[in-house]
Amino acid sequence: MTATVSILDVSQRYGLATALDRVSLDIEAGEFVVLLGPSGCGKTTLLNLIGGFTEPTKGQILIGDRDMAGVAPKDRPTTTVFQDYALFPHMSLRDNVAFGLRMRGIDRATRAAKAEAMLALVGLEGRGDRRPHELSGGQRQRVALARALAVEPQVLLLDEPLGALDLKLRRQMQDELKAIQRRVGTTFVHVTHDQEEAMAIADRIVLMNAGRIEDQGPPREVYLHPKTLFTAGFMGEVNRIPVTGGRAPFGPVPVPDGTLCIRPEALSARGTLHIGLCKVEDAAFFGTHIRAHVTPLTAPDLRLVVHLPQSQTVEVGGVLDLGAESHVVLQE
Amino acid sequence: MRLLSRTYLTLAYVFIFLPVAVLVAFSFQDGRLPVPPFKGVTLDWYAKVLGNDDLVAALLNSLLVAIVSSLIALILGFLAAHALARVRLPGSALMRGVFIAPMTVSYLIIALGLLNLFTQAGIRPSLWTAGIGHVVINLPLCFAITYAAMGDHQRSAERAARDLGASEWRVLTLISAPMLAAPLAAAFFLSVTFSWDEFIIAFLLTRFDVTLPVEIWSMLKSGLSPATNAVGSLVFLVSVSLVILLELTVFRKRS
Repeated sequence: MTATVSILDVSQRYGLATALDRVSLDIEAGEFVVLLGPSGCGKTTLLNLIGGFTEPTKGQILIGDRDMAGVAPKDRPTTTVFQDYALFPHMSLRDNVAFGLRMRGIDRATRAAKAEAMLALVGLEGRGDRRPHELSGGQRQRVALARALAVEPQVLLLDEPLGALDLKLRRQMQDELKAIQRRVGTTFVHVTHDQEEAMAIADRIVLMNAGRIEDQGPPREVYLHPKTLFTAGFMGEVNRIPVTGGRAPFGPVPVPDGTLCIRPEALSARGTLHIGLCKVEDAAFFGTHIRAHVTPLTAPDLRLVVHLPQSQTVEVGGVLDLGAESHVVLQE
Repeated sequence: MRLLSRTYLTLAYVFIFLPVAVLVAFSFQDGRLPVPPFKGVTLDWYAKVLGNDDLVAALLNSLLVAIVSSLIALILGFLAAHALARVRLPGSALMRGVFIAPMTVSYLIIALGLLNLFTQAGIRPSLWTAGIGHVVINLPLCFAITYAAMGDHQRSAERAARDLGASEWRVLTLISAPMLAAPLAAAFFLSVTFSWDEFIIAFLLTRFDVTLPVEIWSMLKSGLSPATNAVGSLVFLVSVSLVILLELTVFRKRS
């Protein structure tokens, strides 16, 4: 079961504060969309609007071409995985997962079988008799996922579902989430503020800022070709170099005027956009790379962050000849 | 220092429990008066009390009033607490205050008010009117206990249940109430003990069928007797059993 979601010119106001400002977004059936942004950007508000926990001040939400105005959460073809799991502590895992089926009037034997199958899907087979408090955080998150998927929603909403997990477990759950989404084919709308998580799982990243959609596209597109300075900065570290009249602080550059944005890992000796000789101010070993601050000899006031291959020997005070392998120029 | 604190603790317990201990001890008095000297042990007074139909009827009345009025107070208090904890209304704080306010009013005033009201409305005093009085005094207690126990934890579980297709009624019965089982049980048992012991409301609002405290009072009018001690001991035994039951079922589970 899967469906399209259309957000049509939706605004949401709380008193004087505007949480969402004329947002429009089309989500395809079976797509894994990640709503990404800093806290307060409106991403959770948008998720709550799709789930029916709040009604939009203005605009329309369609799920599978059906207008959702006035439809309560319990009657929507959506279910939600909450950040705090929201498992029912007084029920076994089986009863937790089968709860939605019970509400739909499905008989006990059928729903118990379905619950076991869903628990197996998330790697908890045979543990239906346990109680939520016996589980670790990651396992609880899996139960919450199984519970939300058990009713075969057309759209699954995930509200920072991995936020409470430690980093290692979060990376592992991302992979599983992606695999499960492929298997069930349901439309996933996932909210997070972690851009690495977004890139790891999304078919499409929708980057939000101050109640608007700032940028959207596949992870590669949003990371490598951001449309705004906010996107460039939010998706990862970036060197911002002002260019006026075809000149950067370190010399002439063949790019239009604006802010030249270069990712730290795009700077290397092979780069075609030549920057010139740079002095190494400091360097630290980060495992996958060496992170260094450098200053072009021709622009002593400019400090650039560079990620160099771990095999390279980098000495503080040494000089490197650097250029950018990729770049974008953005306007304020 | 240690000795001093031990002594203090012992004195405190003696102060609290000596009257009860004396009451219970002289209910076994082998003599006509429940006063020293202690003349020996007998169970005659208990046999006499349990053979007294009026007393046994009063005891059963008390149990009935306590259980039914506590159930009603619990349901009303829980529903009010749930609504006020979940929905932000203008004047929520005021409504909360008004619910709890009867706790500060003396039972005598509540009883007089209800007596006036029932007389004007032409309702005769009975176990029902006493039961209504006990709902009035226990509702604030049930409200306060369940309101204090409601947290974000329940709120998000309720939200998840709604999201999974539960109607409000099923959210209440399948999620909210079971998650609050411990505080609900605590509120219920406390209400039962309060109703069980309550005298002034039951005295003013009953007439032919009376509760046990009212019956004991009328026994006391004819003077002291080890029989009244025996009844008092039985009342105490029931109260203590309820508290122990509460301790075993509700509070043990939590730790």
